[in-house]
Amino acid sequence: MASAVAAPGHQDRYAGLKRHEVILLFVLIAAVAVLAFRSEQFLTTGNLLNQGRLLVEVGLMALPMTFIIITGGIDLSVGSIMGLCAILLGVFWQKLGLPLGAAIALALVVGALAGFVNGWFITRVGVPPLIMTLATLALYRGLAEGISQARSVRGYPDWFFGLGQGELWGVPTQLWLLLFFFVISAIVLTYTTFGRSLYAIGNNEVAARFSGIPVDGIKIAIYTMSGLMAGLAAWVFVSRVSTTRSDMGTGLELDVITAVVLGGTSIFGGTGTILGTALGVVLIQLLKNGLALSGVKGDGTIVVIGVILILSILVSDLLRRQRGAEH
Amino acid sequence: MAATMALPARASAGSRLRRFLFSQEGILLIAIIVLFVAVGAYNQRFLSANNLSTIFLGNAYIAVAAIGMSMVIVSGNIDVSVGSLIGVLATISGTIAVSGWPLWLAWTLPILAGMAISAVSGWLIAYLRVPSIVVTLGMLSILKGGLISVTAGAWINNLPQGYHLAQLRPLGVPMAVWFMIVLTALAAFWMRYSGFGRSIYAVGGNAEAARLAGIDRARTVFIVFVIHGFFAGIAAVLFATQLSVIQSTVPPNLELTVITASVVGGVSILGGTGTVIGSTLAAILIAAIGSSLVFINVSPYWLRAVQGLLILLTVLADLARRRKRARHR
Repeated sequence: MASAVAAPGHQDRYAGLKRHEVILLFVLIAAVAVLAFRSEQFLTTGNLLNQGRLLVEVGLMALPMTFIIITGGIDLSVGSIMGLCAILLGVFWQKLGLPLGAAIALALVVGALAGFVNGWFITRVGVPPLIMTLATLALYRGLAEGISQARSVRGYPDWFFGLGQGELWGVPTQLWLLLFFFVISAIVLTYTTFGRSLYAIGNNEVAARFSGIPVDGIKIAIYTMSGLMAGLAAWVFVSRVSTTRSDMGTGLELDVITAVVLGGTSIFGGTGTILGTALGVVLIQLLKNGLALSGVKGDGTIVVIGVILILSILVSDLLRRQRGAEH
Repeated sequence: MAATMALPARASAGSRLRRFLFSQEGILLIAIIVLFVAVGAYNQRFLSANNLSTIFLGNAYIAVAAIGMSMVIVSGNIDVSVGSLIGVLATISGTIAVSGWPLWLAWTLPILAGMAISAVSGWLIAYLRVPSIVVTLGMLSILKGGLISVTAGAWINNLPQGYHLAQLRPLGVPMAVWFMIVLTALAAFWMRYSGFGRSIYAVGGNAEAARLAGIDRARTVFIVFVIHGFFAGIAAVLFATQLSVIQSTVPPNLELTVITASVVGGVSILGGTGTVIGSTLAAILIAAIGSSLVFINVSPYWLRAVQGLLILLTVLADLARRRKRARHR
């Protein structure tokens, strides 16, 4: 896999990324236009805000996933971590009788811990990320199923629904949360040593190591972040749908990875931006919504997501090769 | 990725036995025997003919699917869409059977369809160089979503007489089990002794060396995926013909069970090593564990956690073994 890609100059890479995001923006505008034309309900403030509410869980998990894929890794276990945290949140509160606030905090800790376990085995033991997170995809979901015994938890107090169902200044509460993390992630990725190190690791891990970048520590940090964000997504999700089940978040890793890849982050590592990921997340949610409004059933939309995932990689690969030929 | 292939050395009978007992296949065989003896001692009904039949007949198709998956993983790739593929192919088989076409078409067309669909994935992976995890993740949702939107989850009832191939019992053993045994033996023999079989190991073990040896990597990977589709097709037919009703949905977590069987069977996830005998033994072990949970009064909801733990432990053992081997050199 470690084919010696001719490292593009800093300037070129920046231009290329810009191009990807501009293309994506045009696609987004075109999609909105087509969907608005096909359904009157689509382009209404109410619908758009509601769609904003629905994309928050995927959006939260897509931010650290962007970091991970930039380093050339992957995390398939995010959907399972979300399910595990959701279940534990309910179990800590209802079965163990903890205050709800403490239960939420503990669930977040478990999420971070689950991500840490991924990162630790990937860096210290050398398990490939794909395999490690495939194993924990099964393990964490299995724990969620075993702990819950397929029983759901409901009956949360009213204040708990504020995050998932409430509004702040006319905008769904959880969108503010996503916006906050979006800005933080974008700043971290673009302007901090930590963020720039991610690109270095993705472009050439050995060189990054020799440059004195603490590669293992950084990797453990981003997988832990991924787990923590999955925990946060679980909190938002439970608050939005008012109940807790062990199958929550099943298959969500597909949406998350598709959004990141569609956003221009190379699956081979080394390139990608948070802005691109945000556009990817929005585009996928709008497509889902638009298809639903034009009569495609819920499960039909995942066909489109699968096609987009494969196509976006083919197209970005094609663009990259073309750029390579120009030089 | 300086992986090496274990060279089978000529050895005396004694050391050969020892080598077998410490191989992944030997360990699995011992684990299966221990499990059956221990759980059988705890609860005799576990060993009843009825339960054994459920374990083997009900899970033989997983072992068959794991044969193709093992080849895919040995070649250094992965397929997370196999569960959805089997769901789609089983539905195709059932639909053909109830629409009055000859039964042999219901048994063979799904296999061809499996090869065709898997060929598409294989083409994207081998020739367009898209990573297999991405292609098959996309394929998973295309097949799963496609299946549900086409069938709307309707069940297929009234399957015709004589359709249930897997349930036939030549010599008292279910047909599905015959398929499992014969296909495992053939595939194991073919992978070990045929030129193409060896080239799969070469491509997965050391792509550069394989290239220098004149092996066409892309062609090998493509053909591996077509063969994988063939086994998925047979697995789907065995799966469909053991049921009295085919639910047109994707069996939940099937891909994970199949991958677990391959990995636990000793197919190194780093590519280049492993046998299908191991994956078949692992499929039996996993099925037996799943069944034994009920008999030792553990909730079956823990099964998936056990599976995840099994994958993790096997991968860790594989890494440890490789490191030890590297140190000995």
